[in-house]
Amino acid sequence: MSTLTTQDTFTPILESAPSNFLEQRLQGKDQYLTQGLPALKAEEYKFTLIRKKIEQTISDIRNAHVFDLDRDQVNQSIFPGFDGSVLVFTNGRLNLELSNYDENLSISKISDQQDLPLGSIAKAEKDPFVGLNQAGFPDGVFISVAKKVKIEKPVLLLSFNKSNEGQVIQPRVWIEAGDFAEASFIDHSVSMDDSPYFINKVVEIKGGVNSQLGYYRIQNEGAHAIEVSTLETDIREHSRFTSVNVSLSGDMVRNNLNLNLIGSNSEGNMYGLYLLNGKTHVDNHTNVDHTIPHAESNELYKGILADQSRGVFNGKIFVRQDAQKTNAFQQNNNILLSEDAVVNTKPQLEIWADDVKCSHGCTTGQLDEEALFYLRARGIDKTQAKGLLLYAFAGEVLEHIEEESFRDYCISLVSDRLGSKF
Amino acid sequence: MLSIKNLHASIEGTPILRGINLEIKAGEVHAIMGPNGSGKSTLASVLAGREEYEVTEGAVLFQGKDLLEMAPEERAREGVFLAFQYPVEIPGVSSTNFLRTAVNQVREHRGLEALDAVKFLSLMKEKMKLVEIDQKLLSRALNEGFSGGEKKRNEIFQMAMLEPKLSILDETDSGLDIDALKVVSNGVNQLKSAENATIVVTHYQRLLDYIVPDYVHVLYKGQIVKSGTKDLALELEEKGYDWIKEEVESKAIV
Ligand SMILES: Nc1ncnc2c1ncn2[C@@H]1O[C@H](COP(=O)(O)OP(=O)(O)OP(=O)(O)O)[C@@H](O)[C@H]1O
Ligand SMILES: [Mg+2]
Repeated sequence: MSTLTTQDTFTPILESAPSNFLEQRLQGKDQYLTQGLPALKAEEYKFTLIRKKIEQTISDIRNAHVFDLDRDQVNQSIFPGFDGSVLVFTNGRLNLELSNYDENLSISKISDQQDLPLGSIAKAEKDPFVGLNQAGFPDGVFISVAKKVKIEKPVLLLSFNKSNEGQVIQPRVWIEAGDFAEASFIDHSVSMDDSPYFINKVVEIKGGVNSQLGYYRIQNEGAHAIEVSTLETDIREHSRFTSVNVSLSGDMVRNNLNLNLIGSNSEGNMYGLYLLNGKTHVDNHTNVDHTIPHAESNELYKGILADQSRGVFNGKIFVRQDAQKTNAFQQNNNILLSEDAVVNTKPQLEIWADDVKCSHGCTTGQLDEEALFYLRARGIDKTQAKGLLLYAFAGEVLEHIEEESFRDYCISLVSDRLGSKF
Repeated sequence: MLSIKNLHASIEGTPILRGINLEIKAGEVHAIMGPNGSGKSTLASVLAGREEYEVTEGAVLFQGKDLLEMAPEERAREGVFLAFQYPVEIPGVSSTNFLRTAVNQVREHRGLEALDAVKFLSLMKEKMKLVEIDQKLLSRALNEGFSGGEKKRNEIFQMAMLEPKLSILDETDSGLDIDALKVVSNGVNQLKSAENATIVVTHYQRLLDYIVPDYVHVLYKGQIVKSGTKDLALELEEKGYDWIKEEVESKAIV
């Protein structure tokens, strides 16, 4: 291992890349090779030693293959009350036979598309993992919502992951929505076993003007899963995009969320909850770029950390010189439940315009002892009182999930965790 | 019902209570008065089980059981209720959910069956009338953004819901307007019975016109330095605490 350069780790992936989207793949490869995997002290990955983690854990650097799945397994993994569209993936590859969806959606494998501008939203030059995915993704999904179409029920992207040999899973998602289109997506992965694998996912979302899009995600991978994911979207005039990300488990998780507000009167919302125990490490890097006047961004990330878990939050807000009348709000609050849990939080605001409203704040503390005593003094036992307080803390994020069955599902997972483990 | 013997307590190594003795029988109302910082809230907190305080000496029996051995929630279930001087705001926890959890845990302890949503609601309605608390207040998060007076009223409402044996009201009168004072006192009086007892901590004689005490105690520097009937409160109203302080200091010299 020691003789390898940072670029060499993923050579087998690069060498076995498919031949479609050749130009983009070469560009991705080029970017990946130029940047290399993040070195030990790389600023953007300072607290998340992802390269080391991958090299220690992933033994077989190849894209994990497609596997068989039956309908029962799919049905069991859909949460109660959900009746929207379902797209099924195995190791990142779309399984159309097991999927069924709203006829107003147009869906295909990426390999069945010719001219997708892959990489035009999530740019490979910004992150080596985006480059790696662009160079070597085996296949992915193309989702399109036509102009003025409103997809009433959410679309569930249900991914089954299994890699008993410690391999790589590289999902690629392209979503486009026409002007005035409305849709929301739920991203949910199921680990088929507890073995290690590395997910390197890229989601690009292209919204039209006056569009309303939501992307909700729950991450409860197996304890040995390593994941890097990038979600990037351009938000146009009079449009709204909302992301809610709930992280519950995994070995090491890094989420990059990039919102580009490129049309006025647009709104970008970022909500996140990380509820961690054991040695789980979750790093949320968010970036919102205000390039035009009269746009708004709201961000609230909250963490509850037990045991030896580790949380990282980095929230960048750029307000460019032209982006007057911007409203940008950011908040990150953490509760540490053990002495060994650690959070590193860093707001990074760069404001070049002068007529803007921006605020940010971050807090890290213990559970409020005064409040805990108050509840206990009314007869509520300690565990339940803690649960009530933590749940109240977490609820502020979950309430932003607009789809009821998914919100209920998240609430039940979160309250189970808060009742038992914490 | 409550028997406090030579109770000493300190916080972060500083002794605050320095030998409290107090006997309270069922049916009685005891008022505790005393200058700021004398230890009244500390006594209330120690009885309710706040863990920051360390009991260094003494004993407290509640209905024959060792109170100091119990966790705060056990004390509450056994029937101790503290109306906080400064009720805590708890964002995100709904007043109704909180109360239902509390009421049912207390009921379970007392061998009563849990109340279902319907029964709980009708109990709430009944008790709400007693302290004339607005339904709107209870549909909000617990104490969040409540005015000072609203918080105090909510404390007495919770007391009514939990039906304690021993209620400790820590300056429940402060922050209440005159009408609210009457309503709240009236509520407390209606909840009074031959089986339960009340400790009222207050600075003002006025409250004691409504909630008439059987005994009045003066707490000073962590000790009960004087006890009497409700006339003592009148005397304090008139003369302040200086004469008592002088009495104490002169005894200390001798
Ligand atoms: N953490 C602490 N460390 C040191 N001293 C403390 C601490 N907490 C409280 N005290 C002190 O304990 C003493 C008693 O406080 P307590 O709140 O019991 O007084 P009180 O009689 O209720 O006063 P008031 O009439 O103002 O409500 C005060 O002098 C207070 O400053
Ligand atoms: Mg006090």
